[in-house]
Parts: sequence; C-alpha cells; structure tokens
Amino acid sequence: MNMMTKAALLIAGLGLAACTNPGRFDDANGVDVNGDGANAGIDSTTLDPAGDPRSPAYFNQTVGNRVLFAVDQSTLTDEAMQVLDGQAQWLQTNADYIAVIEGHADEQGTREYNIALGERRANAVRQYLVSQGVPAGRLQTVSYGKERPIATCSNESCYAQNRRAVTIISLGVTG
Amino acid sequence: MMLRFLILLAALALGGALAPQARAQEPLRLVLDNPVLEPLPFAVPTFIVETAGAETLAADIARVVAEDLTGTGLFRQIPQSSFISTPATFSDPVAFADWRAINAQALVVGAVTQEGGQVAVKFRVYDVFSGQEMGQGMQFAGSADGWRRMAHKVADEVYSRITGETGYFDSRVVFVAETGPKDDRAKRLAIMDYDGANVQYLTDSGAIVLAPRFSPQGDRVLYTSYETGFPRINVLEVGSLARQQLGTAPGNMAFSPRFSRDGQQVIYSLSTDGNTDIWRTDLATGQHAQLTRAPSIETAPSFSPDGSRIVFESDRSGTPQLYIMSADGGEPRRISSGDGRYGTPVWSPRGDYIAFTKQLGGRFHIGVMRTDGSAERLLTASRLDEGPTWAPNGRVIMFFRETEGEQGTASLYSVDILRGTLRRVPTPSGASDPSWGPLLR
Repeated sequence: MNMMTKAALLIAGLGLAACTNPGRFDDANGVDVNGDGANAGIDSTTLDPAGDPRSPAYFNQTVGNRVLFAVDQSTLTDEAMQVLDGQAQWLQTNADYIAVIEGHADEQGTREYNIALGERRANAVRQYLVSQGVPAGRLQTVSYGKERPIATCSNESCYAQNRRAVTIISLGVTG
Repeated sequence: MMLRFLILLAALALGGALAPQARAQEPLRLVLDNPVLEPLPFAVPTFIVETAGAETLAADIARVVAEDLTGTGLFRQIPQSSFISTPATFSDPVAFADWRAINAQALVVGAVTQEGGQVAVKFRVYDVFSGQEMGQGMQFAGSADGWRRMAHKVADEVYSRITGETGYFDSRVVFVAETGPKDDRAKRLAIMDYDGANVQYLTDSGAIVLAPRFSPQGDRVLYTSYETGFPRINVLEVGSLARQQLGTAPGNMAFSPRFSRDGQQVIYSLSTDGNTDIWRTDLATGQHAQLTRAPSIETAPSFSPDGSRIVFESDRSGTPQLYIMSADGGEPRRISSGDGRYGTPVWSPRGDYIAFTKQLGGRFHIGVMRTDGSAERLLTASRLDEGPTWAPNGRVIMFFRETEGEQGTASLYSVDILRGTLRRVPTPSGASDPSWGPLLR
C-alpha cells in the first residue's frame, strides 16, 4: 500500500468517524498535526468499515480490486469482466477517486518480458473500465512484472494468483 | 576507486638468464576454440617474500592467481605438497626438471615487496617442457588494498600468454543484491569483483531496482528504478554515484536499457497505452527515436559490437522470439527457430554469438546461437535460469539461477560457452541480474 492510499484511507476514515464514533480518538493520535507517520496506532479498518459502500474497503473487498489472467494471456475472462463492471460502477459513483491499475505476472518468464506482459494486463483492465464509462484521465497503469508476487510457492496454485491486475484507488485529482 | 598500476617491463626483461635452447616441441598454447581441452596442469609456488612482513600477502596473491586460473575450468593446479623444489629468490634459475617431473606444463613464479601501504608484485610465466619463459616478466605496483586486483592482473597475463586471448579476471560485475522474503523482496544495486569479492552497494533498497547494465567503458550503469512509482531508467555514475533519469518520449514505463558500444546511445523499452516498443535516446543530444512500431511486445534490445544492428525479443509471432534489425529500426528478421520461448538476447563482445534465456517444457536454459540463429546450444538447465551477460573476452557468460518455492533465492553463476563448465559466484546475499563490465586498466 503506498502512502497516498494510506492517506486516503485515513482521510476517508476520519470523515466517517467524526459523526459516528468521535470517542475513539485519543490525544496521542490527535496531536499529530503534521501527518507524519499518522497511521501509527490507528486501526483504519475500524474507522472504515467494508459495510459502507463508499469506502475503499468496500471497493477492495466487496466489489473486488483484482482480476486474474490465464498463462501468457491479457484477455479478460467473463468473471473478470463482472468484477470490472462493479469497479466501473463504483468509480463512477465515487468521482473523487482515481486509480492506478497494477499489472503482474507469474515467475515463469523473463523479467523484461513479464514487465511488458503485466502492462498489457493492466491496460486491458483500463480499456475495459473506460469502455464502461470511467474517464480515462482517472486511470493510470503500471506493471511490476514478476517483482511482487502475492503467493510464493513455485506451482500453478500460486502462479494463478500472481497473474493479476489490481486496481488501487486513492483520493486525488484527475491527471 | 581507481588504482593506478606501474607496469615495468624493461627492468625485468633481462633478468631471466635463460640460455637459448632447441625447442623439443610446439610452444605451450591452449586453443580455446577446442571444445574438449584437458585442463592444463600448472604450478604456482607461494610468491617469494622480498620484504619481511609480506608473507600473508604473498600467499594470498598466489592463491587468488591460482583460483582465477582453475575457476576457468581450463587449468588444473598442481598442489604445493607435490612440489620437488621451489625457487628461493625471483632471479634463481628455474629447475625445469623438477617441474617436468610432476608434469607441470606451466609455472608461475612471483615475488612480493611491501613497504608501508605500497605493494609491488612481479611475476614470470614459464613453459616448463620447452624450458622457455612465455613473454616477459612484469611488475604491478600500487596501494596494498588493491592486492586482489594485482593478483587478477597477474592471472590475466598468464591466461593471455597461454591462450593467446585477453583475460577477464580484473573486471567487475554490477548486480542486484536481494534480501527478504519472496513477496517483499528488498533490492539494491551492488558492484563486486568478477569473483564475488569487494561487494559495495550503489543504491539503497527504498525502491525496486532492476537489471543494471554496465557501460562498455565501465564508468556508468543504466538501471530501472520504481522510485517514482513507475519504472524509469536511471543513469548512474559509478565513481560519484550521481544519477539522473534518462529522458524519453512520453510513456508510463521505461525499462530494459542497454548502452551502445561507444556509450553514447541507450536503447530500451518504452510503454505507451499498454504497448511496449523499442526506443533509442542519444545521451549527448537528448533526442529520442522510436525503432519498432508493432502492437506486440518488443523488449530486451542489445546492440551488435559494431553498433550497426540490434537484437531484441518480440512476441509478434505469438510467443517471445529473437529478432535482429538495423540500429535505426526497419523490418526485423527472426533468428530463433527452435521450440520454446526466447528472451534477453545479448550480443557477444566478439560479435560471434548471441546469448539468450530459453524456456522449454517448464525449464529455463541459458544458451548461445550464431547471429544468424544457427548452431544453437543450451549451456544450462534449471527451473529458473535467466539474464546472461558476457565476460569481456566473450568466452564466459554469467547469469542468475533462482531456487524453488517460498524460500527461493537467486544466485550468480558463470558458464564457459564452449565447455559448459559451471561455477557458482559467491555473494553475501541473494543476487540477480548480473552485468559484466570491461577489463580494467
């Protein structure tokens, strides 16, 4: 999770908590006016319940922030398109969010090729979201190739999880 | 740190006191093009100590010289325990009969002087069976902390006199040092001697860094960094560690860079709107040019030594294969024709071969082929071998191998391209993406 996303979670969480549960803040957290290391000691999950359909947690967990790909493929499966329909709808409802789509590959390929392949996957997601009405200016892509696996075994059960594109949302201005 | 070596030829040239004698046989020569060489037996007595206190250094230098030579797989060291005699001083006449008796074909005699922080190493190489010195004696002098480089220079001379080709021991390798678990791996650029000694780090691990590439001059390193959140190419000055981002046309990702032979051009992959093509940036003018225009993936470009052509990887046929095009772009010609998937082509500095990574049936191989795609030979096999880089003399390839599973780590290996002799290169942590620099001066 990058700093921007962390900040977004925190800001979203604060907005929500202000009317529902102000008593959860203590002085130790309250005096951090600079925002440096502001996440220390704050349980953002509590303040950002996945039950709220406007929350990033809802996007990540309920809508689903990732889609998977077949070996060497960047074409979207029916299942992937269903998830992306949900993402498109959420991004249109929550117009103050931007997204970076991260493409990934499994370890069966060279470093360079996998970076290009991950980009192809991220772009397939981006194109689909744009086709469903999300403004292109709110969507960026980046590929990590095989650099950031989430499953570390060396067989297909892990490879299948690593061939993915993950939509990382954050509050931001249209680029 | 640049060491300056004083090379003294003339002073030693007359010291050997060798009487001319009739050659009983051909002069000693190891022909590297012969794929079935028997390792040549050689002897390196501990270097003679000419100043008190240099004993450790003398033993260390002789050991590194011997390790360099045996590490090639071309030479076999005769253990010192079987020596019949050893020279007491550097100018003693060589007792060739004693060396012939233990079947040493080559003999390296050296001496070390150490005064203050300064060290001088001198040596001679002998063809034992003809009783002749090979070439002239030489001396390297410099500060004591450069003793390993002096040993490598001695070994390079021995290699060169016996094979007739340039050595590769006094050279450095830039690579990615890896620590931490596989799903949160920290990577930083590091540089080391070719044999894994003297590791120094060039970047911190704050961002993913990938695939460093030495300039042919050894003064700069290109690498890909995610420090902006997106992969971009940096140019790093090895001496000062100053770095700057390479200028490119607009695109969200720039990666897989490589220098031209003269160090003036950089070729690389640039991704725009999900498509990856090959581009070139001129470092002097900052101008860039697009070299491929295809909806497929084009990546991993590498210049021919004369700069006229580029070999690269493309999946335009459906699977990744190797292609060659003119250095200015134009219609590429496919050169890979076997089964499997080909990647990371690298043109040999001799111009004769292209090294590559090949995936076939769930295994990875490092291989070489002629530049027209003929005479393909696979040199290695494992579950993940990747990223070949050439020794400066084009006779050896270094690459990395990653082991299986959650604890999988990457290590560096070198392999002789004709004989397949495999050697692990020791590193203090995991290591990947080696790039072999030039022979140092």
